[in-house]
Amino acid sequence: MTVHEIRTRHCDSKRGDASDGAVLAEAVGGRLSRVDGPAKITGAAKYAVEQQLDGLSHAVLVESTIAAGRVRSIDTAAAESAPGVLLVLTPDNVLRLNTATDWLGTPPPDAPYYPLARDITFSGQHVAAVVAESFEQAVAAAALVKVSYDEMAAIVDLSDPKAGDGIPIDAMTKEWGDAQAAFASAPVRICAAYNTPREYQTPLEPHGLIAHWEGDQLTVWEPSQWLDGMARTYAEWFGVPFENVRLISPYIGGGFGSKAFAYGYSAVAAIAAKMLGRPVKLAVTRPQTFTAYGGRAATRQTVALGADAEGRIQSIVHRGVNETSVDGMWVEPLGSVTSIMYATPNFSSRQNVVRVNTVVPGALRAPGENPSAFGIESAIDELADEVGIDPLEIRLRNYAEQDPEVKKPWSTRQLREAYAAGAEAFGWSKRTPEPRSMRDGNQLIGWGVAAGTYPVRRAYGEAVVRILADGSVEVESSSIDMGQGTYTILAQTAAEVVGVPAENVVVKLGDSRYPRAGVTGGSRLAGVMTGAVYKAATAALDQLVGLAISDPNSPFHALQANTLVVTKGRIASPRGDGPEVSITELLGSVGRDHIEAMGDTMPANSTVEDRYKNYTTIATALSHTEGDYSRHSWCAHFIEVRVDEDFGTVRVSRVVSALDSGRLYNPKLAESQWRGGIIMGIGQALLEEGIVDRRHGRIVNNNLADYLIATNADIPDIEVISVGIPDPHSSVLGGKGVGELGIVGVAPAIANAVFHATGKRVRDLPITLEKLI
Amino acid sequence: MRDFSYLRANSIDAARQAAALPGAMLLAGGTTLIDLAKCGVTEPDTVVDITHLKGLDTVTVDDQGAMIGALARMSSVADDADIKSRFPAVSEALWQAASAQLRNMATIGGNLMQRTRCPYFRDPANFPACNKRSPGSGCSAIGGVTRGHAVLGTSEACIATYPGDLATALVAFDAIVHLGDRQIATDDFFLLPDATPDREHAIAPGEMITAIGIPASAAARRSTYLKVRDRQSYEFAAAGAAVGVEFEADGRTIKDLRVALGGVATKPWRARAVEEALKGKLLEPDTVRRASLLAIEGAVDHGANQYKIELAPRVVARAILKVGETA
Repeated sequence: MTVHEIRTRHCDSKRGDASDGAVLAEAVGGRLSRVDGPAKITGAAKYAVEQQLDGLSHAVLVESTIAAGRVRSIDTAAAESAPGVLLVLTPDNVLRLNTATDWLGTPPPDAPYYPLARDITFSGQHVAAVVAESFEQAVAAAALVKVSYDEMAAIVDLSDPKAGDGIPIDAMTKEWGDAQAAFASAPVRICAAYNTPREYQTPLEPHGLIAHWEGDQLTVWEPSQWLDGMARTYAEWFGVPFENVRLISPYIGGGFGSKAFAYGYSAVAAIAAKMLGRPVKLAVTRPQTFTAYGGRAATRQTVALGADAEGRIQSIVHRGVNETSVDGMWVEPLGSVTSIMYATPNFSSRQNVVRVNTVVPGALRAPGENPSAFGIESAIDELADEVGIDPLEIRLRNYAEQDPEVKKPWSTRQLREAYAAGAEAFGWSKRTPEPRSMRDGNQLIGWGVAAGTYPVRRAYGEAVVRILADGSVEVESSSIDMGQGTYTILAQTAAEVVGVPAENVVVKLGDSRYPRAGVTGGSRLAGVMTGAVYKAATAALDQLVGLAISDPNSPFHALQANTLVVTKGRIASPRGDGPEVSITELLGSVGRDHIEAMGDTMPANSTVEDRYKNYTTIATALSHTEGDYSRHSWCAHFIEVRVDEDFGTVRVSRVVSALDSGRLYNPKLAESQWRGGIIMGIGQALLEEGIVDRRHGRIVNNNLADYLIATNADIPDIEVISVGIPDPHSSVLGGKGVGELGIVGVAPAIANAVFHATGKRVRDLPITLEKLI
Repeated sequence: MRDFSYLRANSIDAARQAAALPGAMLLAGGTTLIDLAKCGVTEPDTVVDITHLKGLDTVTVDDQGAMIGALARMSSVADDADIKSRFPAVSEALWQAASAQLRNMATIGGNLMQRTRCPYFRDPANFPACNKRSPGSGCSAIGGVTRGHAVLGTSEACIATYPGDLATALVAFDAIVHLGDRQIATDDFFLLPDATPDREHAIAPGEMITAIGIPASAAARRSTYLKVRDRQSYEFAAAGAAVGVEFEADGRTIKDLRVALGGVATKPWRARAVEEALKGKLLEPDTVRRASLLAIEGAVDHGANQYKIELAPRVVARAILKVGETA
């Protein structure tokens, strides 16, 4: 069984963090390079479906070609007799599973769950699966499965006349003052509709898994943002104890919210493995990544702003709609930024959800905040234009000094500092206010600004820290690294606390047998896990020092010291008197081969059940407004676009973003995540759109040649500036969320820049050339 | 992908004989064949590998013109110093096509044979109706998602866009396709869909592209390929134009002009009306813009592709003005 571990091989030693004085690269706050980088660039890193198992068989899915209706019959005869075929799964022979607890912790209904079903609610739904000795045989046989349908009319998208107004989601309603009346009497009013299309996570590594049963023990190699949550799902599906399921996911080739759950195809592979008594590999194809699970729901928002003649907001009236599936519920919280970005005495936000024939939508980098910011940050720009003041000035004029919704102080809000630092670095003061006033030949130049925010989500994690006799330190956690840098920052944390070089720390992640962790989503993992490792490492260090002081065989026994310090793996008295010995020497003299401590971020009185619930659902996650403060990350994007006046093509030519994520555990990696979010935001603004054939209810651009994400050629240099300060209310070590913040506000900053360049306000993403030509 | 037989040809004659068998297809770089086999669009019984044939990957350029072997890689032709200096539009069309990885694999002969990106053509499981794939079955694209579809050269049977960039430049400069001893002008090599969109090329079973010849011309030497698209790289053209110009001795009056459009038509589209309108005229912006409107004479949109009718003449005009400016 492969156990994954990462040893820190190389560090940029002595290179300090420029923003912070002289922090060593390997300490918390240092710019240590990704410790998993060499394994990835040399190909040594093995991803889930690259595992080699004896007797491995291959499953291929058959998908519905209609968007609504019922399977009349499935003819499997030809497929079953095709070469190499081991099993053809259909709704008629698929195992009956239990419905599992959902991620919110909702107790499941006492009803069976079948990952293959006859009722069809979207195009691309799994209808059957073929398992064969080879992948090619499975592909060939899957093409021989003949499915006939009774087709019904589908509701293809939000604009379908059959879609209706949808279901009001009362929990999304936020109201104070009298927003309608205040809007009606405001001297300046703007009201506009803002739309975002279906968007997809498009991770470089498509989804897939290898499932292997040994008796009633299930091992699953599957890319995962949440090992414990997914292990619980498999356990409940198959009615086996949680401990019987082992999920292994040392490397993840991008998730962006899409890899936190076990999906229908996961169940299909696990069922096939159980029925065949052999390991089964199921690799989701790129086209299937558009329907095997959901991307970001299409959204519609109406934002009405009432203001006085100086642009001070008196009322915000916001209405939002997002699509969900026929039989699943996804709420994309569209009022999440609307309600906190600006001070307003009157506010109303409501949201409906509309059922259409699609796979149930899911999380994509900053679900809720991302489309929400597109609405409010476009609208405030329209208000600035209406009133005739600078888009940056109007944001300062309406600055929220406290959380306008819950009326609590911000834990920290460095947004004013972000505006100032970004504007200075960008040269905003040189902007000419009139649209179409800046030009370079055929290129119209526009400068836009927008703000972004993301709440500090807090949850729980455990870690073991082990100090070994060879002087190395091991960290174990079932949390994961999908490229954001968990291996690296946990090595830095343990190294700093224990007092050893980071290259002596081995971090082991991505195995559900390790100490537990909640979901890696909502930008919470770094804050949670540095906290857990900090506590575990502190406890391990205390044990080490305790042994050194009290053990009769310790060289420090005669010193009668109260404490000792460990630096670069060597133990000494803080006063410098007495001996100095290595960890190896100490553990040898006291006869121990290791010291081990568990640490967690749970409340001290937590029960076993509490802990299970905390790691396998988000039911008990702490609200970002719990207690005395409202906790959020903040950012301001300043973006220059060049629009070809003949062709309507938009190119982003300059980005300066100033961001407040509190304390950065590793500025190099945080900057990289911010840039990644900004790059995704550029794609969202200009390129990304799932296009539905309205006759068939099917996404037709379901591949990476036709669903466009930004390429290197689309991305200019991106300057990011950290304006954060440690936030003790947000996490143990003072950090706030990083991963999702960067994308929030990019699309409206670009749309605002396009308006400044062209005088055209585009309120439907993406801003493609035909909208400007 | 279903099982198929694999043959490695060791002579051009052997390749042509094998390719004449029913269900046989030639394999060169494989960037189209493998892609379409994965989509279930092509299901060859026999794949005839011609990549080991000797002498088909050379590029020779002299005062008469260029001769490009069918197996020359897109990337090596794009980087060829003589192609760059004497046929800049050809080099520019190549390096703006596809990704670097694809350009390193794909061959020039295979590039001419690439198939449309029509999403309905590429998804037989979901869209059985496609006259290009199954003659007489209908066209799923008409009435569907048409943003990328053609506005020129369409028929009631098919509106699929010819996707390539290179062939646009070849058509502009009267390149010749060599099928062994038979030669055919590139403009005639590509067929309009009319009632038989399954027939895309004037090539018979058992014929094989062996080389592309491009006659030397002053217009080719002063040429460019302009490709416009939403994404800066790795996207098919919303509209493209291959343009070359030759001036009279005064350096201002247009003596010869070549214009071809890509990304907007069912085949690489020579815009002779634009050429004729500007020959003998001074190259001035207003004149060029007016004449460029002739590029889309007869264009018909299918809804979402209407913008191409606006865009294409602007791309043509910009390209003409660009080559006109460069001394």
